[in-house]
Amino acid sequence: MTLAELIGFVMIVSLVLYALGAGADFGGGVWDLFASGPRAKRQRELIAHAIGPIWEANHVWLILVIVLLFVAFPPAFAAISVALHIPLAVMLVGIVLRGSAFVFRSYDIQTDDVQRRWSRLFAVGSIVAPIMLGVCVGAIAAGNLRVHAETGTVETNFISQWLGAFPFAIGLWTLGLFAFLAAVYLTNETEEEELREDFRRRALAAGLAVALLALVSFVLAETGAPLIRRGLSKEWWSIPFQIATGLISVSAMGAVWRRRYRLARVLAMAQIAFIIGGWGLAQFPLLIGPDLTFTNSAAPDSVLRALVKALVAGAVLLFPSLWYLYRIFKNPVGR
Amino acid sequence: MAMSLAFHIIFAVVGIAMPLMMVIAEWKWLRTRDEIYLTLAKQWAKGTAILFAVGAVSGTVLSFELGLLWPEFMRYAGPIIGMPFSLEGFAFFLEAIFLGIYLYGWKRVSPRAHWLAGIVVAFSGMLSGVFVVTANAWMNTPAGFEMVNGKPVNIQPIAAMLNPAALQQVIHMTIAAYAAVGFAVAAIHAFMLRRDARNPFHRRAFGIAFSLGALMALLQPLSGDFLARQVFRNQPAKLAAMEGLFKTETRAPLHLGGWPDEKTGTMKGDIEIPSGLSLLVYHKPEGEIKGLEAFPRDQWPPVAVVHLSFQIMVGCGMLMMLAGFIGGWLAWRKNSPCDRKWFLWLTMLCGPLGFVAIETGWTVTEVGRQPWIIYGIMRTADAVTPMPRLVVPFIAFTVLYIFLAFVVIFLLKRQVFQSPKNFGEPERKKA
Repeated sequence: MTLAELIGFVMIVSLVLYALGAGADFGGGVWDLFASGPRAKRQRELIAHAIGPIWEANHVWLILVIVLLFVAFPPAFAAISVALHIPLAVMLVGIVLRGSAFVFRSYDIQTDDVQRRWSRLFAVGSIVAPIMLGVCVGAIAAGNLRVHAETGTVETNFISQWLGAFPFAIGLWTLGLFAFLAAVYLTNETEEEELREDFRRRALAAGLAVALLALVSFVLAETGAPLIRRGLSKEWWSIPFQIATGLISVSAMGAVWRRRYRLARVLAMAQIAFIIGGWGLAQFPLLIGPDLTFTNSAAPDSVLRALVKALVAGAVLLFPSLWYLYRIFKNPVGR
Repeated sequence: MAMSLAFHIIFAVVGIAMPLMMVIAEWKWLRTRDEIYLTLAKQWAKGTAILFAVGAVSGTVLSFELGLLWPEFMRYAGPIIGMPFSLEGFAFFLEAIFLGIYLYGWKRVSPRAHWLAGIVVAFSGMLSGVFVVTANAWMNTPAGFEMVNGKPVNIQPIAAMLNPAALQQVIHMTIAAYAAVGFAVAAIHAFMLRRDARNPFHRRAFGIAFSLGALMALLQPLSGDFLARQVFRNQPAKLAAMEGLFKTETRAPLHLGGWPDEKTGTMKGDIEIPSGLSLLVYHKPEGEIKGLEAFPRDQWPPVAVVHLSFQIMVGCGMLMMLAGFIGGWLAWRKNSPCDRKWFLWLTMLCGPLGFVAIETGWTVTEVGRQPWIIYGIMRTADAVTPMPRLVVPFIAFTVLYIFLAFVVIFLLKRQVFQSPKNFGEPERKKA
């Protein structure tokens, strides 16, 4: 493994952790919007209680991915920033709205109409951001970003690379996955049987939507993203890997169905990790297809070496702190 | 981008300084078990929570905007200045984690552990500021690489981070953050004290905030001198613009105020102190300082903006220093500054000045570097994105930020402008 590949691996891991943490926080926003029935208020409280202490820390993974991208693979960062300017900007608006509305809601007066207004904004942000994140991922996976080898400029009209059926299918799929993940987490966050049932039903509904969107994306990939479609079956282990991902997804649904919530949480997390990891493997060694690979877009070795050292030093501080945070707020279950 | 930065800098600064005050208040509580300090720490924590969240999301926008607006700059400079940004990422991570523990963990961890979490927040907040400023300093004094055929080679990230301007800029900015926030918070409590003069909550709050602000304001000229002499060595054109110096002189005068006219190359309406500038730079009345005439016309920064911003920054700093000095003197004479109406007014006047100084000071360093984005190496015009109609996202983000700013002010007003009367058990017993 070269240094560039190592950093690429760290980026994928960070992306997985972002999806597992912040993804579920976005999903919480979705369920805030769809809070309904006699327990709507308690559903919202549970969501707020679950994500309150941790969402800001979860959010930092995305910043880490971006920083790694521009430090280690500057041409890739420049290409994405230019070609995907519009969806990225919209995603940022979503992120800003989500985060600030959430905090404003907890510190604004607790009357219903004020709370509802912030909830609405929080929910809209939580829906827009993952869709746009998915659109960007879809656009990258489609592999249509031509980058000029000599000048490093990207050929784009700023629109056609992402405005298509495939990127948007991936966008919706991302939203569905995050909503599923959030609902599964939330079944683990409460001791109240009725609330738990509410989120069980929501998890099942989201799970079905995820399965459907996965199928749609796969079909659309035929024409919309031949690169990733080929990548999904290029090695001897590719097909078994896809089967494993599918099995895990089905088992996660099954665990929710049989009310094995702790197991469901583990499986849902594994599902996300497999999907993102599978995407990474499918397009490796390409970073931004079809022109930029992890090798040809990497910064000089002196930079990468220093970066790896910084990552190790940072990780030594980061992981114990994260562990401490989660131990305080997430264990034992339902406290 | 400038808009986002101007907005973010305020929240970032609050994120640096507010946790420190909150931790001081909690420390006082741990020491004295005076419940008022606990109430104060919690109150300040609320303000920190609101501002930090907005700072965090606006910071995210910035990390993307680097690429969205300056793709060429990032492609070129990303690897060189990546080190501080990576480290800043981790510092920010720690700040977010421990702020979560601090805000939501009052009942979940022991008081000591809680206070330590606050310390980590304050420290990592300061560190992330430090790292970002080193990256900015690199744009002023690029280092840690060699140019071969127009491409940077032999990149040494650590050397780039420790560039010649880094130390001076870091000290200046960190002190500025503490001074500005100290004065701003003191001003809020001064406002409340005007009506409710005996409220012990506001008296204690004022005490902590004003002491911090005053101490930092008194230190700031030293760091300013340190920084200005660095600018003189590395960016003479910027210094000339700051001081409105058009002609190269050996007994360079100091121009106070005034309007520099770029066309005629003269200063209008200023007060001139003979040899003043040479005295400041060389610490003796004689010494050559290059005026703008020594540089090609197309390498001048916009002189008027830079000079004016610089004057405003220095003026604000002087006033804050004066207030700090008077406050210290009153306290030394055992006259509580809280009992003097005029002094409360003075503090209120100084409240916004720290932030004015930060914004203008930042204008000096950024506009003063123009036309370069990387001083002497890359021009700003060459770094900007090819994306057309940039005005659309610009307006969108501006509207968004204005909206956020309004909400923040509104919420802070309700959360922070309160006069708590009950401070847990001990206070009630007295009553």
